[in-house]
Amino acid sequence: MGERRTVIPFGPQHPVLPEPIQLKLVIEDEKVVEALPQIGYVHRGLERLVKVRDFHQMVFVAERICGICSFQHAMTYCLGIERLMNIEVPERADYLRVIWSELHRVHSHLLWLGLLADAFGFESLFMETWKIREAVVDMMEATAGSRVIISTCQVGGVRRDISPEMLQAILKLADRIEREVKAIENSIVNDYTVKERTVGIGVINKEQAWKLGMAGPMLRGSGVKWDARMLGYAGYKYLNFEPVVETAGDCYARTLVRFREIFVALDLLRQAVAKIPQGEINVPVKGNPTGEVMVQVEQPRGEVTYTLKANGTKNLERMHVRTPTFANIPAFLTMLPGCELADVPVLALTIDPCISCTER
Amino acid sequence: MFGMLKPILKNWFGKPATRMYPFEKREAFENARGQLEIDIDNCIFCGICQRKCPSTCLNVDKANAKWELDPYNCVICGVCVEACPKKCLHLNKNFRTAAYVKEPQASIGKPPVVKKPAAPEAQA
Repeated sequence: MGERRTVIPFGPQHPVLPEPIQLKLVIEDEKVVEALPQIGYVHRGLERLVKVRDFHQMVFVAERICGICSFQHAMTYCLGIERLMNIEVPERADYLRVIWSELHRVHSHLLWLGLLADAFGFESLFMETWKIREAVVDMMEATAGSRVIISTCQVGGVRRDISPEMLQAILKLADRIEREVKAIENSIVNDYTVKERTVGIGVINKEQAWKLGMAGPMLRGSGVKWDARMLGYAGYKYLNFEPVVETAGDCYARTLVRFREIFVALDLLRQAVAKIPQGEINVPVKGNPTGEVMVQVEQPRGEVTYTLKANGTKNLERMHVRTPTFANIPAFLTMLPGCELADVPVLALTIDPCISCTER
Repeated sequence: MFGMLKPILKNWFGKPATRMYPFEKREAFENARGQLEIDIDNCIFCGICQRKCPSTCLNVDKANAKWELDPYNCVICGVCVEACPKKCLHLNKNFRTAAYVKEPQASIGKPPVVKKPAAPEAQA
């Protein structure tokens, strides 16, 4: 180590970090030379619980892996079990799953926008986005009974139905959010401060992005057109959408991708409400699962992969979760060397870190 | 640069987005899952809720007619409510308030009456 080098611990407790992760930053003057991550602060051993909870109860454990994308975790797990047991989920349940997934995406992206604004000191934008998000969280409470961890997914369908009046309320909410987000669009997309802090920072090109195995908005911000929703799981096979892609690969491109995805999610909500059929919302499940399966689902942060192994008993043999943040950490460590110390919080935020997901 | 000016002015002269909480409370939504409650007189202490519970917060003692809930361990998923054969469990829409002492709460009911097997003559 040279004479002018200093090691600065960034985290595990830091004002911009929503969750604990430590980065030992080796800096030379104000420039980061090397970053050494240390994770493991919030490991809870949730994967091991398959040994003691049966496969129906594990839905609620999977849901608690992450607070923000909880519904998608439960849905991925249920899709896996349904594939193992060859269960045909009713069409209405597929649509309801899309509606709750997209509500989660909207609230997650708004939360992230607020956190990013907070990271570079734009407090009024932070409060504005969180004010808009509150309406989405209220809608989840009105339709599912809980604000964030909504516990509506189960193996074989969903546990709650949404009434026609609530579906109309969702349409009204989509219009309201679109109006309110458009009102602050200018202060994100064209703002001098935002551009100054994000344009040209942490550039990852298309080849690097693919090689590093990035996921979600990070990958799409680098110009790769890949969204797991294109696989057509749940109700996405009935709906049309175009993934948002940016080519610059910097923090600004990732911000734009997430910002525009809010509108795509609102459009998917409208399509789902317009097309939702009448009928059953779940089917009875008999027996235990056997075999091994891998399922991919697009969460707000990127693609999550569940690998489930069952042996015909009520407890699974193994459950393995690969979360989008875990996939994006190598990219984060590639971006850090060479950047300024003041840019580290912004870079940490653009990967949309969810450390609880990563460590399970 | 002045993109935020309009929302800021609107916020200055508009209604506050927050509430004066302890004095002004928000009405809970109709289907909200607040806390778990039992109508202990209808309970038959079958123990299905205990077996279905994903957070192991329920403890049913049939011999002593005791139904015990640890509300601070309960995740309010509502699985027990759906599974109850006597429909004696329900979810209150008002959320649980903070507490100094976090102990399980027991409800004591009447022991279920065990029906005597019918006489052999009646069966024949």
